[in-house]
Amino acid sequence: MDVEILSRIQFAFTISFHYIYPPLSIGLGLVMVAMEGLYLKTGNKLYENMTKFYTRIFALIFGIGVATGIVMEFEFGTNWATYSKYVGDVFGSALAAEGIFAFALESGFLGVLLFGWNKVSPKVHFFSTLMVTLGSMFSAIWIVVANSWQQTPTGYRIEGQGLNARAIITDFWAMVFNPSSVERIIHVWIGAFIAGAFLVLSISAYYILRKKYLEFAFSSFKIALIIATISSLAQLVAGHASADVVAEYQPTKLAALEGHFEKDAPADMYLFGFIDTKEGKTIGLKVPGGLSFLTHGDFSAPVKGLNNFKKEDRPGALNIVFQSYHIMISIGMFMIALTVFACWLWYKNTLFEKRWLMNVFMWSVLLPQIANQAGWFAAETGRQPWVVYKLLRTSQALSQAVTANQVIFSLILFTVVYVLLFALFIYLLNKKIKHGPTNGEDIDHSPQLKSMANEIGYSSTH
Amino acid sequence: MDTFLGLDYQTLWFLVVGGVFTGYAILDGFDLGAGALHLFFNKETSRRIALNAIGPVWDGNEVWLVIGGGALFAGFPAVYAAVFSAFYIPFMLFLTVLIFRAISIEFRSKEQMPWWRAMWDVCYCLSSATIAFLLGVVLGNLLLGIPLDANGNFTGTLLYFLNPYSVMVGITTLSLFMMHGAIYLVMKTEDRLYAKLTIMVRNTTIFFSISVLLLSFYTLLYIPHLTNAIRNNNWMFFIPVAMVFAIANITRMVAKRQYRYAFISSSVTVSLLLIIVAVELYPNMVISTISAQNNLTVYNSSASNKSLGILLTVAAIGVPLVIAYTTFVFWTFKGKVKLDDMSY
Repeated sequence: MDVEILSRIQFAFTISFHYIYPPLSIGLGLVMVAMEGLYLKTGNKLYENMTKFYTRIFALIFGIGVATGIVMEFEFGTNWATYSKYVGDVFGSALAAEGIFAFALESGFLGVLLFGWNKVSPKVHFFSTLMVTLGSMFSAIWIVVANSWQQTPTGYRIEGQGLNARAIITDFWAMVFNPSSVERIIHVWIGAFIAGAFLVLSISAYYILRKKYLEFAFSSFKIALIIATISSLAQLVAGHASADVVAEYQPTKLAALEGHFEKDAPADMYLFGFIDTKEGKTIGLKVPGGLSFLTHGDFSAPVKGLNNFKKEDRPGALNIVFQSYHIMISIGMFMIALTVFACWLWYKNTLFEKRWLMNVFMWSVLLPQIANQAGWFAAETGRQPWVVYKLLRTSQALSQAVTANQVIFSLILFTVVYVLLFALFIYLLNKKIKHGPTNGEDIDHSPQLKSMANEIGYSSTH
Repeated sequence: MDTFLGLDYQTLWFLVVGGVFTGYAILDGFDLGAGALHLFFNKETSRRIALNAIGPVWDGNEVWLVIGGGALFAGFPAVYAAVFSAFYIPFMLFLTVLIFRAISIEFRSKEQMPWWRAMWDVCYCLSSATIAFLLGVVLGNLLLGIPLDANGNFTGTLLYFLNPYSVMVGITTLSLFMMHGAIYLVMKTEDRLYAKLTIMVRNTTIFFSISVLLLSFYTLLYIPHLTNAIRNNNWMFFIPVAMVFAIANITRMVAKRQYRYAFISSSVTVSLLLIIVAVELYPNMVISTISAQNNLTVYNSSASNKSLGILLTVAAIGVPLVIAYTTFVFWTFKGKVKLDDMSY
């Protein structure tokens, strides 16, 4: 394998692994803000306990997120030196802003959030929780701005040629508000809210199934369900807005997302399918003219197909683009159905009576994770063969001084370290969840709730 | 050429990058140093206190490295590209130990088993020491110069970075951080651990003094290009003089048990060492050992003036904010460490 494919695998691997954690931090942060806000408002110790419990889980997630996040910043320079020189003038200010406005805010206040319970007043503590959450949301802004600039570059001019070419910034705000940044930031934020809310839903469902900490579990389930339902519904709108931008600015990506080959023909929308790259056609269950309708409001409107473009200007791994996009959408739809159904049961006062539903929620923590990963895979593989759309090819963005053997070494190193890290993470997360909320005498063995639980048919499993 | 306060944007951003890395060395320096000393504490409580002394702040300290990296990338993309791709293997090792250090702090307290804690203690101590050493090695290579061709590409061998001078700078950095960390810990501890640390402050100060003395001889005798600036500008001689006095003041303040002033003195020592580095390198950022024409300077490797102007605005708004909440966090956790149910 050559340096290019190895460097791409390494970047994809390290960033995918990293991206397990930041959405959880952002989403869990939001849930914790809601919980601690309720504590401040009501003075109910239950909410304080809840915040403390999730803070411990947050610390674990945040710690790994930070540790694995620096890797990408370094990789820009180590593996993608030509890219760094090319985009530094434009991209650098977004990255510097991320560091100074976002990372410093979140990690500064993180100390107070984790260790400041007895050092500062509840209000100052709540403020710190809020700042950590805002900081993590800000960092999403700047990194998505930088990535969006690679998708839809604006506010720059090109100087020099070949290996010495570079993009020079001409308008900072045009760079920040490039055509895709706002839609994509919102899309990413909501994806993160869903990830965090589903983690809380999963943990709560686990306790409900095990008949443990019931008051705690019921209450945190409801808080998370509200956030999950609103976010899942909002994601439909945000996702569609994001796709509209792709349709307007990245026609090759749009064509790849739906496996649309024909030149300027009405485009179908697939529920699922498979791209036959040899024959240049897509097989599957489709809504004829669906993509034309979604992008132009007309089932017969022509949409540029992959055949409109030269082969070397199209994404290479068409099936990865197509499948990951469709996985994301299917999961998104399923989460809407699941959360709305749960809300309806809540309204009917029978939410916690369905044991199978709690089982579904317990495992559903994986859904937003898969959807977030799949969405990014579609976005990034769909941008290929460009690293900066229509400006710089991925194959021309590499470090000249780095050899394939060096990348093999680092790739093996990261694989070993990350497998170990992930195993430890799951082990410790599981342990923390099993351990449950501490100093919760008042919420633990509440006899009234126990008998209630027995009445509605929960049997103790362990 | 755009200027501000009589300095061009390139020089100003060089100062900002230098300032951020100095901030990083002072802040993360003490927690790395505390980590490198970790295995010298024998009792479980001592180790926990030492760990919790840096607990609320180490992550914020490390962010200064991320900001410094971002500042370098943004202002001097060519330097970022050249240095990071030149030192591929050391940077990958650096990232690995950085990850191990973060998780050992986080994971250690999660299990009671002695072998679990011992394992993370070793991991934490070795990774802290390795990070300090590797930071010094990279700095040493930048001071010495690296073989860069006309396109800014590294042409040296894989193990080039482990040359004697850079190893010497690595050891000096480790000793500096160990001294700095010991002084920090002495401020945060009580009783017998405190007593033990006062001895460690003395020993690490001796270790640092020996290292810095040998490094100075090495530089003066063998690396002439690192002495030009001060040789040609006599008034700059006050910088090494001030540094020697700052080091002397550390021992004076330790003897008086004024540890806060001792910590300030060691912070000043860190700053002055990096000021000497900056003065001797400027206007170069990376020296090419192949030809002086291939040197990356603040002028031939910088981003455009427009970009630097934006960056300076970002820094002017952001840096005071960062300083404000860094101060708030340190103030919140001032005083001796007390373990509670949320501690590591």
